[in-house]
Amino acid sequence: MKDLMNRRDLLKLGGMGVAVFVSGTTLAAGRGRRKESESFYFVQLSDTHWGFSGPNINPDSEGTLKKAVAAVNALDEQPDFIVFTGDLTQTTDDRKIRRDRMAEFRDIVSQLKVKTVRFMAGEHDASLDRGEAYQEFFGDLHYTFDHNGVHFIVLDNVSDPMAAVGEQQLRWLQADLKQMKKDARIVVLTHRPLFDLAPDWDWATRDGSAVIDALMPHPNVTVLYGHIHQEHHHMTGHIAHHAAKSLMWALPEPGSIPKKAQIPWNSSEPYKGLGFRDVEAEVAEARYEINEFPIGRAQ
Amino acid sequence: MKITKFVNYALAAAVLVFLLLQQTAIQSSAKEISNDEQIIRISASTFEFNPSEITVKKGVPVTLELVSQDRHHGFKLPEFHLRADIKAGVVEKLRFIPDKAGTFTFFCDVFCGDGHEDMSGTLKVVE
Repeated sequence: MKDLMNRRDLLKLGGMGVAVFVSGTTLAAGRGRRKESESFYFVQLSDTHWGFSGPNINPDSEGTLKKAVAAVNALDEQPDFIVFTGDLTQTTDDRKIRRDRMAEFRDIVSQLKVKTVRFMAGEHDASLDRGEAYQEFFGDLHYTFDHNGVHFIVLDNVSDPMAAVGEQQLRWLQADLKQMKKDARIVVLTHRPLFDLAPDWDWATRDGSAVIDALMPHPNVTVLYGHIHQEHHHMTGHIAHHAAKSLMWALPEPGSIPKKAQIPWNSSEPYKGLGFRDVEAEVAEARYEINEFPIGRAQ
Repeated sequence: MKITKFVNYALAAAVLVFLLLQQTAIQSSAKEISNDEQIIRISASTFEFNPSEITVKKGVPVTLELVSQDRHHGFKLPEFHLRADIKAGVVEKLRFIPDKAGTFTFFCDVFCGDGHEDMSGTLKVVE
């Protein structure tokens, strides 16, 4: 385990302004994180699908999120804030069950030591009622916030069941970007990929190209998203897109099999493919380091 | 004179028969094309298409008649640039000519619930 603690496989993504550290760092490892004003870090959790049940997919469906919460709480140095990039709950047709799941999810994540938590919806949370229940529990579907010189934009590409951002939100985005300096540090948080990763697997945003067009004039933009239940990195021009792992089940690489299917639980490698990440923002350099954390038995 | 008249009548009759035969041939041909055009009704319901496997012939026009049995679904067949919203009680028609052979996936692209991600089918285009 000690060896694992010290191992960090660094993938340098040329031209992306991002270094991605893959796994290998346990939660007990000292981080020695700098606390200069221009540097901070936050944690991204995604696709928790609270309420999902499928023993062949995740026999610990009621424990995985709690393990992640405990793992984040065990970080030596707590993040400035935490983001959940959608699919907080598993979808249901039942209005009451939907709200019950959201209430349970909210109760579990209220155990996080860090109290600044930013939520966003996934299609499982918001597509069947256009975000009605989600807004009752978690607030606006799209919004912005600023932190230590970085402008965060939360985009909703899920409350429209047709997977679109929509004209109204696009105009809102354009108006927001108009107020920003061209070289502003911008991080977009959303659920679905904004580019056509695998449209036949619903891994796209119908009008995502319009969003990217709006962002293109800004040289320092990074997109963090969820939805595809795996780590993935992609560039559209100078804009880097990074997908996060799920905390419920893993999915195969895009297009690697004819029909998308959940990866079954492997009892010899429990929690394989599940995890969360932290993102260390070097604001002056508009540079982000992503560290992936697995979920483990001991947590 | 009588012979000339007879010849004229015979020629006219021959022309008439020719025209009738030609018309029959045209109608037959049209009927053949019409028969070849495949009209396939696909029913969408949570969370499946029925039928979910369709086989058509390359180069022969296809009309898909899409109808939902319950809620709002979508139909997307990217390889042929086809998509439609499918709503209950409304038959949505998509006409296209499959110009390439192979097996292609179509799927629901309107999030419809817990089994949405499994709601897909295949179109097989044969030579």
